[in-house]
Amino acid sequence: MDIATFSVQLLNAVQHGLVLFLVASGLTLVFGILGVINLAHGAFYMLGAYLAYWIAGYTGSFALALVGGVAIAFLLGLVLEEAFVKRLIGRDHLAQVLLSYGLILVIDEVRQILFGKDVHSVAPPAWLQGSIELTDVLSYPVYRLALCIACLVLAGIIFFIIQKTRLGMILRAGAENRDMTRALGISFDRVNRYVFAGGIALAALGGILVAPISTVFPGMGDSMLILSFVVVVLGGIGSVAGAAFGALLIGLTDTFGKVFFPQVSSILVYLLMVIILLWRPNGLLGRAS
Amino acid sequence: MADIVLSARHLTKRFGGLVAVSDVSIDVHRDEIHAVIGPNGAGKSTLVNLLSGEITPGEGSVHLAGKDMTARSPDQRARAGLGRSYQKTTIFPDVSVFANARLAAQARSPKALRFFGDAGRDPVINAQAAAALSEAGIAAHADTPARHLSHGGQRQLEIAMVLATTPSILLLDEPLAGMGPAEAQDMIALVSRLRNGRGILLVEHDMDAVFALADRLTVMADGHVIATGTPAQVRADPAVRVAYLGEDCL
Amino acid sequence: MTPPRALTRSLLAALLMAALLLPMIAPTYYLQFFAKAMLLAIVAASLNLVVGFGGMVSLCHGAFFGLAGYVLALASPSSSGASLWTSLPLALLVVAIAAALVGALALRTRGIYFIMATLAFGEMFFYFFHDTRVANGSDGIYIYFEPEIVIAGWRLVDLGNKTSFYYVALASLLLAIIVISTLVRSPFGAALMAARDNEQRARSLGFPVFRIRLTAFVLAAVLAGIAGYFSASQFGFVAPQTLGWHVSATLLIMVVLGGMKSVLGPVFGAFVLLGLEEILKSNIEHWKLIEGVIVIALVFMLPGGLQHLAQLAFSDRRAPAGQPGSGASRAGRQHHG
Repeated sequence: MDIATFSVQLLNAVQHGLVLFLVASGLTLVFGILGVINLAHGAFYMLGAYLAYWIAGYTGSFALALVGGVAIAFLLGLVLEEAFVKRLIGRDHLAQVLLSYGLILVIDEVRQILFGKDVHSVAPPAWLQGSIELTDVLSYPVYRLALCIACLVLAGIIFFIIQKTRLGMILRAGAENRDMTRALGISFDRVNRYVFAGGIALAALGGILVAPISTVFPGMGDSMLILSFVVVVLGGIGSVAGAAFGALLIGLTDTFGKVFFPQVSSILVYLLMVIILLWRPNGLLGRAS
Repeated sequence: MADIVLSARHLTKRFGGLVAVSDVSIDVHRDEIHAVIGPNGAGKSTLVNLLSGEITPGEGSVHLAGKDMTARSPDQRARAGLGRSYQKTTIFPDVSVFANARLAAQARSPKALRFFGDAGRDPVINAQAAAALSEAGIAAHADTPARHLSHGGQRQLEIAMVLATTPSILLLDEPLAGMGPAEAQDMIALVSRLRNGRGILLVEHDMDAVFALADRLTVMADGHVIATGTPAQVRADPAVRVAYLGEDCL
Repeated sequence: MTPPRALTRSLLAALLMAALLLPMIAPTYYLQFFAKAMLLAIVAASLNLVVGFGGMVSLCHGAFFGLAGYVLALASPSSSGASLWTSLPLALLVVAIAAALVGALALRTRGIYFIMATLAFGEMFFYFFHDTRVANGSDGIYIYFEPEIVIAGWRLVDLGNKTSFYYVALASLLLAIIVISTLVRSPFGAALMAARDNEQRARSLGFPVFRIRLTAFVLAAVLAGIAGYFSASQFGFVAPQTLGWHVSATLLIMVVLGGMKSVLGPVFGAFVLLGLEEILKSNIEHWKLIEGVIVIALVFMLPGGLQHLAQLAFSDRRAPAGQPGSGASRAGRQHHG
């Protein structure tokens, strides 16, 4: 493998990891703050991609698809939190697993009714089409580069919110010790609602951003869900920094695994998880239970 | 000495930068109550957890009846004869008082994990459970669901469960916590009876109880042992007076 | 508040009689359906050993079910059936080893971590069979001949015969129910439930919690493996989907639908869910939407499952008071309430 090919794969790995981080950070925040396990997270990722296909198809504008898709997902998150999730907080994990699995069935079937089960593609915005020539035979799509940059900016915003704002302070305190924060008089009902909706919006955002470079298809949420779970297990529940670390690790393993060991690449990810679980059962940056 | 049932040497435990327990050595003999006292944050709870195996020490060793148990898990230590109660009542609230004691007796039975036979019908285990309930003074409540017991009753049940495992050493972490005066008197009488044939390490805040019960005392402050001796020796120790007891306590 | 014991017993006896006589009246299609349902009922009941009695929410139980089928497929010669005497033990051995490895790792974690770790490990099996050519990748693999049950040249049972197969499935289900009931009543079961109800207390009493849980996890996987083996034989085909996490999630629905507090709850849960799917499928195009809504409704309106509903139906009739303090088998019934 020459340097150019290696660089391309490295960029792919980083881009894969960054998208994974967006999706997984939503998952880990919902775990950390609400203490709720959401198996439907991947379904919202898939839904985001389909919304992008739908809105972009109607309006011709990827930007509108981006804004509209995220907004719809966020509103949906608010509604679901109010209707269901709120009543699950404090109940056993099994109830949460079942509720979110029920949501997956419903979301999948609604998607089937609205969009069918065909595979679709979404065009990137016109100004991000085309490729950059790396060598005579190698080029890199502009959209992928833009995607990397967008993800980095979003990651920066997430970290800024968590480290520097009052909301972030509450989030960190909440992930650390929910009862304590409640005792300090911080209303968790509102925080919970926005965190859940925000988490879902992040999943959908991941799906929308990925739509132009991957195909939009029914099963896309499943693999993303599992990978996000692995990221959260690696990084530690509730730790956004852990999610970033885990996501990049998985992005690299997955991408280079596919290059070097195409047959067993998807197993490599789990082997990595096995090793980390043996070493640190609570994840790389997780707190001891 | 042959009758040392528990012996800890140079135990040290750090949590991040904080040294919770520093170079603590402590012995418990058969037929004695060895009380550990000290202000909040002195490291008493950490010490109990180090002895029971729920926390592994950074340095030091724990021996039970002469056997090195430092690297052993809490359940291995329990099977080696160590029984403990918790500061916060730790029982099985949804089953009867008798079932709680029966589970405890089962844990030490050679049939503890048998795949067949009715768990509730082993005569040896049931007799052991009944004896433990009698010794702890709650045999009358055997059929009551544990969650319906009074706070004091639940504390007694926890002692009964520990007794049902036929321990040679008891770690009692604040057995009087949250009790009213009458309940406390009963518990003091109970703990006092328990020392026969066993060694007891008692952590307790109630100074009247401690001085009524203890054969020996260890005083901790900031993770260190600052004094050890008979109650009279500790009472007279100037360092203890300054660091912990305060003049008004005595 | 449970139904009177005598009534329950006679109901179960009647059900057993009906199950034994069913092949005389039911068309083949229904025999096949009931055989399939009985096998899945084994898997659900074994999962309940882990989830209900052990308190561990596992999302990889379907992987053990599917893995046993894959072992049968790979052990079957292309021109004849595999011998059951070698292929079934082999399948169960492979499943036991897989479960011991997964369990040993996943049980280092607790709560949400355990759920996620089991989900991920289950998917590892999915991707192993999906991405490699070991067993024909994502296309799946056919089992052209049923396993042979032959003693000294004499064929004991023909698994290809629908009626025979039905009875094999029924016998397996009864065996699984007996095994699980015995376990739950045994000292081991009491220890397993003690670890579920208060892990710290169980451990400080001297119960080796990790070993107990791992044993339950492996035993449950082996029971699921029996069902998976016969299920693969019934359909003559295994594909990666057989061990995907959707199977595991569906099994969890069966468990909760039937009720986790008893051994038989998940068995009924399996029958009800599969029956419901059967009816919905043939009448409604978007039946999964309905199923999803039912699952959500189950969580909020019937968290105790159908068993709870049965108890409510009898709530005006006083059950004879259970023997007080009759051990921890009562712990399971009273937990989660």
